[in-house]
Amino acid sequence: MSAAEVPTVIELSPEDVRREQLERTEVRPAGQKADVLLKVSGLSTHFFTPDGVIQAVDDVSFELGYGETLGLVGESGCGKSVTALSIARLVPDPPGQIVAGEIVFDGIDVLKLSQEDVRKLRGSEIGFIFQDPLTSLNPTLTIGYQIGEAIREHMGLSQKAARERVVDLLSKVGIPRAADRLNDYPFQFSGGMRQRVMIAIALSCDPKLILADEPTTALDVTIQAQILELIAKLADEFHTAVLMITHDLGIAAGMCDRVNVMYAGRIVETATIDELFDDPRMPYAWGLLDSLPRIDDVKGERLRTIEGLPPLLIKPPDACRFHPRCIYEREICREDEPELTRRGSDSHYARCWATEPDGWIP
Amino acid sequence: MATISRPVPGTLVRPRRSAGLWADAWSRLRKNRLALFGLVLVSLLLFTGIFGPLLAPWPYQAQDLKAVAAAGGGPLPPGSPNHILGTDQLGRDLFSRLLDGARISVSVAFVVQLVILTLGVPIGALAGWFGGRVDNLLMRFTDIIYAFPDLLFIILLSVAFRDTAFGQAIDGLLMVFVAIGITSWVTVARLVRGQMLALKETEFVEAARAIGVKDRRIVTRHLLPNGMGPIIVAITLGIPGAILAEATLAYIGIGVQPPRASWGSLIAEGQKWIRSEPHLVTFPAIAIALALIGFTFLGDGLRDALDPKLKGKQ
Amino acid sequence: MTATAERPPEAHVTDPRNIVEVDDLKVHFPIRSGIFKSVQGSVKAVDGVTFDVRRGEILGLVGESGCGKSTIGRAMIRLREPTGGHVYFDGTDLGGLGNEALRKMRRRMQIIFQDPYGSLDPRMTVGSIVSEPLDTHGLAKGQAKRDRVAELLALVGLDPNYVQRYPHEFSGGQRQRIGVARALAVEPEFIVCDEPISALDVSIQAQVLNLLGDLRKRLGLTYLFVAHDLSVVKHISDRVAVMYLGKIVEIGPPDQLYSVPGHPYTRALLSAVPVPDPTAERKRKRVILKGDVPSPVNPPSGCRFHTRCWLYERLGQPENCRTDDPELTVLEGEHRAACHYSAEAQKTDVGVAHIDDRPVRHGTPDAALAYLAAEKVEDPAAIDATDSARLEAPIVVEAGIDEEDPRTETPTA
Repeated sequence: MSAAEVPTVIELSPEDVRREQLERTEVRPAGQKADVLLKVSGLSTHFFTPDGVIQAVDDVSFELGYGETLGLVGESGCGKSVTALSIARLVPDPPGQIVAGEIVFDGIDVLKLSQEDVRKLRGSEIGFIFQDPLTSLNPTLTIGYQIGEAIREHMGLSQKAARERVVDLLSKVGIPRAADRLNDYPFQFSGGMRQRVMIAIALSCDPKLILADEPTTALDVTIQAQILELIAKLADEFHTAVLMITHDLGIAAGMCDRVNVMYAGRIVETATIDELFDDPRMPYAWGLLDSLPRIDDVKGERLRTIEGLPPLLIKPPDACRFHPRCIYEREICREDEPELTRRGSDSHYARCWATEPDGWIP
Repeated sequence: MATISRPVPGTLVRPRRSAGLWADAWSRLRKNRLALFGLVLVSLLLFTGIFGPLLAPWPYQAQDLKAVAAAGGGPLPPGSPNHILGTDQLGRDLFSRLLDGARISVSVAFVVQLVILTLGVPIGALAGWFGGRVDNLLMRFTDIIYAFPDLLFIILLSVAFRDTAFGQAIDGLLMVFVAIGITSWVTVARLVRGQMLALKETEFVEAARAIGVKDRRIVTRHLLPNGMGPIIVAITLGIPGAILAEATLAYIGIGVQPPRASWGSLIAEGQKWIRSEPHLVTFPAIAIALALIGFTFLGDGLRDALDPKLKGKQ
Repeated sequence: MTATAERPPEAHVTDPRNIVEVDDLKVHFPIRSGIFKSVQGSVKAVDGVTFDVRRGEILGLVGESGCGKSTIGRAMIRLREPTGGHVYFDGTDLGGLGNEALRKMRRRMQIIFQDPYGSLDPRMTVGSIVSEPLDTHGLAKGQAKRDRVAELLALVGLDPNYVQRYPHEFSGGQRQRIGVARALAVEPEFIVCDEPISALDVSIQAQVLNLLGDLRKRLGLTYLFVAHDLSVVKHISDRVAVMYLGKIVEIGPPDQLYSVPGHPYTRALLSAVPVPDPTAERKRKRVILKGDVPSPVNPPSGCRFHTRCWLYERLGQPENCRTDDPELTVLEGEHRAACHYSAEAQKTDVGVAHIDDRPVRHGTPDAALAYLAAEKVEDPAAIDATDSARLEAPIVVEAGIDEEDPRTETPTA
């Protein structure tokens, strides 16, 4: 790093953060849903493999409001990424296939669109940020070209206007000397910088929704903090909704307004971020929270773990999918699958017999 | 219920038991029709190469002069009595000679690959494992060999030694083996070196070093078995080259001494009659083609079956 | 500890409480280029590091990728040759050992790797992976070897019947257990855990973390626990060292290091860690470092962190930060930091995660804990992961439990 770009510090005081939170909550008081941008109902995406049918996403329904940040939290293989891919119709087919459900994005039934129309939707209305920025950028094209591609195609800007917009976007995502770096190739950027380029591409056409699939998993914590802060800031500035897919409950706590917890292809709990952390209503969520070592705790005793492994989705457990790993299970858990039912408030739903009002741990 | 039984962390990810990576590779190979076809051709070639003399109706050098004379002095056409594929102008049974040619091809294929294995694998392994100076020295040496024009080198060698005992040994085959072997081990040496370099950095090799496993054992027990897949593929795909090289040498009259019949020398002899008796060229050519196709399909199939990218994926 | 008698005569005079002493360790990787492979410079992965590991403790080593933490771990058991400095293992200078002596020494120190997929030879069965150390050091043969392998697998919570299986049949967490069993086979005293859980899923991370903790207690092990995750390190470690660009910038007991960090980098790292508590996330005071870690080929002059340091900016860019490389100095007791201005850093509350007296919220609600107690279900927090008798034994099918439970998969199935 040259002396010219000695970094300065962005410091958010508690007041700033709180003000930001207030501003957000004014638009959308907790629990009260904003106008719906994305409505997913009964989505099932299966993969047809020689070993059997993998029910990666099974009957998933949720809504996402304009400008809202919704978390999709779960462990690998729980179906969170496939859900995002399904929304953008990017499920690799074969072997994957959306077998049931409806996805309405901004009034458009996504599953009924032609391939060409979906492509347009992806470039302009829905942006993507993937886990690994290196593999999602084309190594043989300059980043200026790659960011400009979508702009030229979807916004119909002139060469010059498009270039200006690219420079503007690059400086917005915090790339120093943006105009000089248009002709650089992806390998000339560090991991964090590449992820910034990805964000610039995602934002290039003012999308209404950004699908962020583990956007910081490949990055170091200090870079992760930069990127998360950037996503939050830009989502706010552009009033873009974000579907934040992560395995990290800490990231969800800092970024999201609401969270869906997924397990074995199903949503098992959905709540506002405070509800989920203050009063989780599903043993899997308890286990997840308990199994996190924390920096805000005194040096810990043993972690209370969830034993066993997530199930194979070729043959998911009958009835409640979590019951084989659940220490609270009773006969009904093995016989019948619970529905997502209301807990406490209109925004809090969980799928668990034990925490139903008439359950054994109400 | 006093205690609740709960799942053990020991449940397996895979529902079915697999018998190891080699067995998995075999099961993938079995599903590949082209590879199986190649395997059949290769087996056929091996069989005829080994048991050829027992199957041949005539000794390869035997001349059925009576039949040739009866037919007017020229080669007999296919389908003649006693000569299913006909004869050449000297009355030698083409089918029997093709079988002898198979024998030569098979021995060339395998002896040459043996030379490659004994030269290429150890040299590549040494260079890759020790790295540094040893690597530099060995690799520059292979570069020099690599830079030689193969065919020219083989021809020169053959011409130079034609009249010595070495050149005459096993009807001239020994020299062919040596000549082709010397020029072709370098590819395998480079491949093995690359494999070693890549595998040396893996964590399981590091784990073995941390345990205190001796170097030689790390190479034989970890590196070679793991690098074996690509080596096997390279060798299988190298065989057609060796067969073709031998046929080419025989065609230009170097290598196997008459009356032994190499497919290449059969074509060379037959081309004089190509207008009137095309079978003298056609049948050896078909034999060569089938042998090449067989090894190529099998090699491709093996590559797919042993491809590490497929490992562990559903 | 049995091998102390074999200590060579030229033993370095060390504190007997320490099992490993690292003295001014440097590991540089030369960068070669051109036809003649001439050295064009070097990556200073580890650049002058001194610290001790005490017998029986877990020393956590944190830092971002490329800071040299994994290289230190490997150099400490001489899987990397140091460019300079010494590593004394139980008083013996590892650098001075010949091949055979080093091989013998390897019985006493082991390593557990990050990648559960890359660290097991895919062509070997679980049995041969775990018995390789036994063969190498001639520790057991025949039936005794088979028994020992079974015992080791049981110790790490795996079914001993899996000896004939191949690594690709297991999940990441299970493979990590196999790697642990292999490391334990030689009965080591000291184990380098190189990011042992960072490739695993959240719920599996906790299982392996508990396993490592239990093994330590049960076998009296000493760990160097290398990780990039500050929360994991805080959870498991007795002392924590923070690295930046090849140097240790702060070291101390977690209580002090996490509540009154003395180095601005530690504070920045802490403030970057997301806390699973939305209230705390809103209240925390954080700094977000700008830019990337500078290249370890040409580290900045003076304090290596000054190019990204928030405190340096805040103090008006004092000159000594650019010119003098600070040494580790004692702040209080065992807590040391390498910063000219640690006192100023400690006056701020930047990066401290637990900022008020609210109790830390965990997942399981009290009602559920009460339920577990009332129903006499054993709390998973109380189960010892090395309690092999219960963990690896096939599930006992009791009355009232479905006999065709999909969980009860027998190895012969």
